[in-house]
Amino acid sequence: MIAAHVFDAALAVLVLGVAIWTVTAGPAFAAVIGFVAYGLLLALVWVRIAAVDVALTEAAVGSGVTGALLISAAARLRPTEQRAAAEQPGPALRFAAAALAVLVAAGLAALVLFPAEPAPTLAPAAAAHLQALDVGNPVTAVLLAYRSLDTLLEKVVLLLALMGVWSLAPDRFWGGAPKLWPGGQRGGELTLLARLLPPIGIVIGVYILWVGAVAPGGAFQSGAILAAMWLLVMIAGLQKAPEIGQWRLRLILVAGPAVFLAVGLAGFALPNGFLSYPEEYAKPLIIAVEVVLTLSIAAILGLLVAGPPESERQR
Amino acid sequence: MRVLLDLVTIIAVAAGALFIMAGTVGLLRFPDSLSRLHALTKADNLGLGLIVLGLLPQSQSLSAMLKLVAIWLLAQLAGATVTQLVARAIRRDGQPV
Amino acid sequence: MAEFLTAAAAFVLAMVALGLVRILRGPANADRMMAAQLLGSGGIAALLLLAVGTETPAAVDAALTLALLAAFAAVAFASSVPRSGAGERDATDR
Repeated sequence: MIAAHVFDAALAVLVLGVAIWTVTAGPAFAAVIGFVAYGLLLALVWVRIAAVDVALTEAAVGSGVTGALLISAAARLRPTEQRAAAEQPGPALRFAAAALAVLVAAGLAALVLFPAEPAPTLAPAAAAHLQALDVGNPVTAVLLAYRSLDTLLEKVVLLLALMGVWSLAPDRFWGGAPKLWPGGQRGGELTLLARLLPPIGIVIGVYILWVGAVAPGGAFQSGAILAAMWLLVMIAGLQKAPEIGQWRLRLILVAGPAVFLAVGLAGFALPNGFLSYPEEYAKPLIIAVEVVLTLSIAAILGLLVAGPPESERQR
Repeated sequence: MRVLLDLVTIIAVAAGALFIMAGTVGLLRFPDSLSRLHALTKADNLGLGLIVLGLLPQSQSLSAMLKLVAIWLLAQLAGATVTQLVARAIRRDGQPV
Repeated sequence: MAEFLTAAAAFVLAMVALGLVRILRGPANADRMMAAQLLGSGGIAALLLLAVGTETPAAVDAALTLALLAAFAAVAFASSVPRSGAGERDATDR
């Protein structure tokens, strides 16, 4: 189809152009805008190469959580931006970086343009077992059944990242509340948006979680959407960031990986071993794990953007 | 019947694309930020609405149609409110209006 | 029909590209914030046209997510935009 090729070519040129602009943009804030635009366009690219799950994640994380995180970082770095911009790397370093980038790009291009014949793939094997799991989306089956160990470890890594962010706080602030960036404006429109969008966003998030069983979607995308809605409420000032010392908050954060781990350990009681699901309970178990995981992911991502605590604990 | 639906789709999508082009022309040619914002919001959202209208006859089920309409409503709501926010930021920035 | 819809998607993408060039060039930060809105409406239009034109129904869900999060991105930009030019506001005045 000619139109599809034209679309793809235009999209490729646009993505490259925005990427180049982002890299060469001067002030940090402009570069962040370019990065978010680049992420949203990349979501289109993922749709075009039939990876809609990744497209959902790119849209949710790239413009939601990561965008907010970068803006917050740019705001904190603003006092030193002038001095940082004055430090330029020397020509040797630039040449080495360019050579490395060209090498990686050439390697990837070779892999894509000249694949081994026949291209190695596990798709038939993955599709063969979907019936037994009663799951329609192969990506969800891979994430939560075939390679569930990877998913479990990734969620633990998210928790560790959060602890890393928290550890940036001075000792006296441990257990206190983070501050989102100082709100530029507290207008009526922001409050209106923060009251209207989150309920819609929660419905969309739950929908994406639920549809992830049979169509692109899943726990991580849903968690990212919910995190973005929570951040919206905090940005508008309708709710303060929670104190990180509260046990309820910590329970939510840990519940996802903990339930996942418990389900995995329960697999020892059955003949198949760690993280194996019993035949009849596979789908309910997967759903239960996904629901709790979504809440944890939403909380973790929201707190990652909120940053380290910056006030004392109110006790 | 099929031909009629396809005709509606073609006309509506073409009209929507036309409005998006008009919005882009405004974006490129208007002299200051606020009028560019105006062109972007009004024309592009109208174009989106016409495109959604044109895609409705091509949907396979009622729920698919409702989903399209829901997306359009969300885009309208978000677009209208966010425009006010951006306009306020533009005015605060001190650009000559 | 499918060809026409995909062609329309390509056209909308070209318009978005032109708009982005103008917006990202805009002299003030406040101009650049409009990128989120442009992608929010133009990107959704392109995705919806693609969804029907290339028979990828899941792209409609991607358009839904894009609509929601482009709005969020615009809010994040608008509520933290620094004044461009002389006299940057210090971000640490809490």
